[in-house]
Formats: sequence, C-alpha cells, structure tokens
Amino acid sequence: MTMAEGGPLLAIEDLHVTFSTRRGLVEAVRGVSFSVAAGETLGVVGESGSGKSVTAFAVTRLLDASGRVSQGRIRFGGEDITKASSKQLRALHGAAISMIFQNPRGALNPIRTVGQQIADALSAHERISAGEGRARALDLLKAVLIRDPEQRLDAYPHELSGGMCQRVMIAMAIACAPKLLIADEPTTGLDVTTQKTVMDLLSKITAERGMAMILITHDLGLASRYCQRVCVMEQGKVVEEAQPLSLFSAPQHAYTRRLVAASPTATSTIADLAPETLSPHPEEAASAAVSKDAPAISESPGASFETRSSIAPQDEGSGETEKRKRPSGTPLLLEVQNLVKRYDRGVVAVNDVSFLIRAGESLGLVGESGSGKSTISRLVCRLIDASEGEILFDGQAIGTLPARDFHRSPLRKDIQIVFQDPTDSLNPRFNAFDCIAHPLRRLLGMKDGAALTARVSECAERAGLPSGLLERFPHQLSGGQKARVGIARAIACRPRLLILDEPTAALDVSVQAVILQLLDRLRREDDLALLFVSHDLNVVRMMCERTVVMQNGAIVEQGESLALFGAPQTDYARTLLEAVLHLGGPTAR
Amino acid sequence: MTSATLRHTVWILRGNPVTAIAAAGAFILCLLAIIGPWIVPFDPIASDVPNALQPPSAKYWAGTDQLGRDVFSRLIVAARLDLAIAASAVTLSFALGAVVGALCGYTGGRLDRYVGRFVDVLMAFPLFVLAMAMVAALGNRVENIVIATAIINLPFYIRFARAEVNVRRNAGWVEAARASGDSHVSVVLRFLLPNVLPAMAVQVSLNLGWAILNAAGLSFIGLGVSAPTPEWGIMVAEGARFISTGKWWLVAFPGLALMLTVLCFNLLGDGLRDILDPRMRT
Repeated sequence: MTMAEGGPLLAIEDLHVTFSTRRGLVEAVRGVSFSVAAGETLGVVGESGSGKSVTAFAVTRLLDASGRVSQGRIRFGGEDITKASSKQLRALHGAAISMIFQNPRGALNPIRTVGQQIADALSAHERISAGEGRARALDLLKAVLIRDPEQRLDAYPHELSGGMCQRVMIAMAIACAPKLLIADEPTTGLDVTTQKTVMDLLSKITAERGMAMILITHDLGLASRYCQRVCVMEQGKVVEEAQPLSLFSAPQHAYTRRLVAASPTATSTIADLAPETLSPHPEEAASAAVSKDAPAISESPGASFETRSSIAPQDEGSGETEKRKRPSGTPLLLEVQNLVKRYDRGVVAVNDVSFLIRAGESLGLVGESGSGKSTISRLVCRLIDASEGEILFDGQAIGTLPARDFHRSPLRKDIQIVFQDPTDSLNPRFNAFDCIAHPLRRLLGMKDGAALTARVSECAERAGLPSGLLERFPHQLSGGQKARVGIARAIACRPRLLILDEPTAALDVSVQAVILQLLDRLRREDDLALLFVSHDLNVVRMMCERTVVMQNGAIVEQGESLALFGAPQTDYARTLLEAVLHLGGPTAR
Repeated sequence: MTSATLRHTVWILRGNPVTAIAAAGAFILCLLAIIGPWIVPFDPIASDVPNALQPPSAKYWAGTDQLGRDVFSRLIVAARLDLAIAASAVTLSFALGAVVGALCGYTGGRLDRYVGRFVDVLMAFPLFVLAMAMVAALGNRVENIVIATAIINLPFYIRFARAEVNVRRNAGWVEAARASGDSHVSVVLRFLLPNVLPAMAVQVSLNLGWAILNAAGLSFIGLGVSAPTPEWGIMVAEGARFISTGKWWLVAFPGLALMLTVLCFNLLGDGLRDILDPRMRT
C-alpha cells in the first residue's frame, strides 16, 4: 500500500453508518469526518451511544451483519478502502491497521497459549517457522514489558491478570508493525494503576515505532493526557475537534462543556459537576427510546461552566470543609472490628479490617480489584457471613445472627445496598414499581393500596425517576434510569446506613454527575450514613468525609479524606493517587 | 392475561405462522379431549361384529376394527386419555424438577452433588426400559404410567432448572432481594423460578409430545392401558396384527394422530419462548 505524499494516514469523510433493526433503519453514525496523520494520537471521546465504537468498526470493516456504511468514504494512505474486497481487507488487518478491544480476556482465545496466539497473528501475514514465531513472540512480550516473558509465553489467558492480558493484546496488535492502531476503550475495567502502566506503554510504543493511534474512550482525563488531538462525538456526530488543552480549558460546544463540567477533577466538588436539578430532565421523562441514556442535566450548561471555572482551586469551598468535619460526639452507627473473611483453599479476602462510621457520615472504601472492598460491602450488608470479627450496628452485634436469617432482623431495613451494575441489580420480571415496592412489602409489611403507591411514588420522585416510568420493565429503561430505580429501592425503607458498591461505575460521566449529586442530597436530607465503595478516587474524595484505602484484603491507610488525598502517608495510597488522571493535566508527549 | 400480553402474543403469532398453526392444532386437540365423548358418531367401546374391518367410507371415516368399532370415534375419545397421561406426567416432573433443580442450582454444595449423581444414575438407564420396568413392577395401571413417565422425564427438568438458576444466583437482583428481606427459600421461589420458567415452558411443550409417545409406547407393548379402553398405543398394537392382510387404516390413523400431536407440541415450544419472554416485548 503506497502512502500519498503529505496526506493524512487515515481520512474519514462524511461517514454514515446505518443498522437495520426491528424498528427499521437506525443511523448510528451521521456524517463523521476526521483524519489522523502518521504517528499522531487522536482521541475520540463520547458517551455510550455516541457512535465512537461504530466508527472504529467501520474503519476496520468489522461491523455486524446488520450494519453498513451507507454514505461517505474512508481513505487509508490515500486509498479508498470503503469498498475494499475481503482479500484486500485481510492484508490490511493487522499489517496496516490493527485494533485493541475493551475486554482483553474475552478477546484472547482461552485454550491457546499466549505465545501461540502471538505467533498466529504473525503467521497470518507472513510465512514463518514455528521456532521463529516463538522467538518473535518473545521479543514482542519483552517489548510490552511483561514480567518474566519467557514463562508467560506458555501461559494461558486465564493465568494472567487483566493488565497482562491487555499487554498481550497490544503485543498481538503491534506484531506486524501496523501504521495505525485503534484502541477501543483499552483500559476500561482495569484498575487505575494498571490503566496508567498500560497507557504509558501504549504511548511509548506508538512513539518509538512511529505508529498512529486512535484512542476511543469515554474518559476525558485519559484523552487529555495521552492524545495530541481530541474529537468529541455526540449522537453520531463530531461536535468539536481541538487540542486537549484548549478543548478542556475552553470547550466551545455546549455538549463538550457539559461533559467537561461533569468530569470529576482534582479539586471539583459535587456541586461543580452539574447544576443540581431536582426535577429530572424533560428529555428523560419524555424519552420513549429505550437505549437512549438521557442525562438529567440542566439545559443551561454555559452557566454551569462559568460557576465551575470561577472557583479557584485554593478556596475549595470553606463551607465544604466545615461540613466534612463531624463533631466527635456524633453517635457511632457502625463499628467493624477485626473482620476476617476466609474462603475455601485458604484464600483470605478480608484480613483483620476495622473501621467506624458515625451516624450521617460518609466513609469511602477504595482499592483495586481483589482488594476485598466488595466483600466488605457484602459482609456489612449481612449478605455473607464473616469468618471472624464483629460488626456492631447501633451498638448491637449484628454479626452473631447468620446472614441466612438476617432477613428476619429488625435491623434489616436499616442497612440497604445499591449495586454496581444497574441492569444486573433489577429483576427482569419486575417493573420499576414492583422493584421499589418489594422491600416495602417485605420489610415494612405494606399491602397493595394507596399508601404503598404513594410511598413508591415518593421514593421514585426523590430518586429523580419520573412516575410515568414506574410501569416499565428494566429493559425499557436507560442505564441512568435503572440506577435511579436501584437507589429508590434502597432508600424506600428509610435505612440509616446505605452501602454503595461502585454505584456509578457502569454509567456515563454526565449521568454519574447527576447520580452523585442525588446521593449527596439524599444523605443530607435523611442524615443517611454512606459506605461508598469505589475504585474512582476523584469520586470518593468528593463524596466522603473519611476514606479507607485497602490492598489485598487489608487496610493500608485511613483518615480524613482531605488529609489523605492531600498528603497520603503510605506508598500504596500515593501510587493510587498518582495514577488518577485529571483533566488538563500534563500530556504524555 | 393483560391486553399488552395479548397484543404481544398476537404480534408473535402473526410473524410466526408455524407457531400459530401449531397453537391452533394444540387447541383443537385439547378441545377434542374435553368434548370428544359427546360428539363422536359411534360408541367407541360397543362392538358391532357384522361391520368388522370395514375400510374408510362416508359412514366410517377411518374404517372399523376387528370388532366393528368405529376407528374415528375411538381416535377422538382416546385423545383425552393420552393427553391426560402426558399432561399429568409432565406437570409432575416439571413441578418437582423445577423446585429440586432450582434449589440445587442455588445452594450448590452437598445437596447439589447428591442430586446430581442421582440424576446421572437415572440417565444411565435406557429411559424407556426403565419406564417398562417401573410399570411392570408397580402394576398395569394409568397412575403408574403417569409416575413412570414423570420419573424418566425428571432428570431433564432438574438439570435444566439447575443450570438456569446457577448462572443467575449471583446476579445483583438476587442480592438485592435478600437485602429487601427475602430468605433464601423465598429468593428461589419468588425470584429465580419465575425467571427460568419461560425457558422451561419450552421444555414442557417439547416434553409433552415425548410423553405422549412414551405412554403410547408402553400401551403398545402391553404395559399400559388395557383393552378395550380406546388409546392410540393399543390401537396401533391391535391394528398391527392386521397390517399384513392389507387393513392399513387400523394402524395408519392412530399413528397419524400420534404424529400430528407430537409435531404440534414440538412446534409450539419454539413460539412459546418468544411469547413468554418479557424482553421480547418492547
């Protein structure tokens, strides 16, 4: 393939992609144009449904059978590949354009060793002997800085961590020295520290080898740190294209402004994320479209941006600081003492953990995957039994009643939980009304009637869920709406302690902003204590007065959030904090 | 049935004519099973020897058998017994299998291991031979055919319910139900079972056909309903003696009735899944 002199490596001109569905044709990409120069890193940023992944799939021609490019052109190295034959495409894939996917473990073949799979990628484009394939696979594993590359060569994907799997994917993607690498959410689902090392590696490799990269992400921080240019997509269109610094410090388009405002930064407070809206967005109430995630954000995003930028980092709301300081006389609500959870075969998920939560206080629990934070949330919620240790709630030892019988405890209604994945946490056969009414029926013994209906409507309203949606089943609601149903259900019995297990991890930033504000408001109104489990340190810093940092099932550090985030005492907490990406931070290259 | 469900059912049936035909067939069969004895032209039991072994004609639509009984009347009356045996056997194994399987899938552990091995043992036998042995041992009665048919169907329901519940037991909504005050038992019965029932209903439909064949098979070899009760299996068995002399209608019509019934229920199964799944309803 010859390169046109001076022209861009990849040029997309007025691309339209349509999918045929049960409801007729749906246009997912509606006139996207952008270009990537050789060696450049372009970020494509947008929320779910913005068409960013579809654009990438159109470039690599990996669209589903139901999708097709209906208009526009894709040029690679000056050549039109929009209608390339499958033979041309085979030559193109891997050798000229290669792709890294979101879920590295799912993208690797589970029954072949890592070395074999890399060799397969090589032999797809050139004839090489088995020995040579192995040697080159080893070189590639070294290039992606994997630990003990010789041993990893014969490892199967399930023996590797998520971060290592992604390194193997990168090794496969760069095996044939492509000119363009398309990375579709390469670090989603990885821990912050792993995200940092994987992204540093990607930017190092692309710089060394002069590869161009398209980084598709929903994370503005990631794009601002690693890209030279960023395109913002909304509903199948590019709404803004600029350099990261100017884009994030002075966004032009209303949607970009909203997105930037909703992204947590090193200094933002809950109030900064988006103007508080008590009533849900009209669009959300009216949205008949099932898949559409209509964020409940005020229609005057310009105003929100000005408020945000007017707050200088130094005077981070002094009122905020006061609110965080809780008088030490406040009664203890939850006391966890020397909690241990052991599983079969000697796995210790939680090791000697102790912490306190006062009434109305919010405690953050942070750590990477496998640190035991989800196990703690289930132990405290009395869904599973601890192996050792005590849990005192309001002075009573609740750990003595087995989890199997805890549903009979009068304290059951006082400890409620909101789960990570809003889709997974709703019974597919219950509509929203029944989901919210269920705990009221079970725990408060309320019978069907006007009182129950009124209570459910009230909870839904407080969670910002329009009452018109109560008749809908989960699959007819958007992600944000499902999250609201989950929250309404959790607050229905007016608990005193609400456990939030990564409540916004599966949501877009703009929806996250609104949900966080909602939770913060509910906490203030009901004097609700929160145990906020999250891997997102920015979010915990904003939401919680105190923070506990966990690693490998044990607490490494705990203290006031402001102090802990300002000056972490342990190396681990420092590493975690350094890995957090902030908007407008220094770019990698 | 709410109007939304009805609309959805009509929508599915319109897009899926085979299901619609199968559903209509199953409906007619059930109707015949209920009103059959009152609408048949002749008494299915009374013999009329002068008219024995008449070929199909305008009077005797499916001919007469060796005792001069109208084959058509016997076919219609037999539908009730055959469907009743199959339906009660399948209901029995469905109810027992779903609950036991769901409990195994949810709790795992020792119960799951023991039940699993029991099911393995059951499935290691040739199922029809097992049913024969059970009916032979328990006695040649309709209840025993039902029990035998239910037992040989049981493993499929246990395994199916176990697998379906097992993948859902760690779902967020299961934990949410427990946080809402449900005990383990109520989680299984009120949350997990309703979620696996649509998939199991498909199994029921496929199984009904199979159970009918099984009951007919038992009667055919003399281990089931005994003469002179009209039953498709016995009719085939009795007719088989005359097939060498060219009296084809004695075997062909009961065989056809069996085949169409089984086909109806099998075809219905697929459509049923689409109708019962709330996610298909948008």
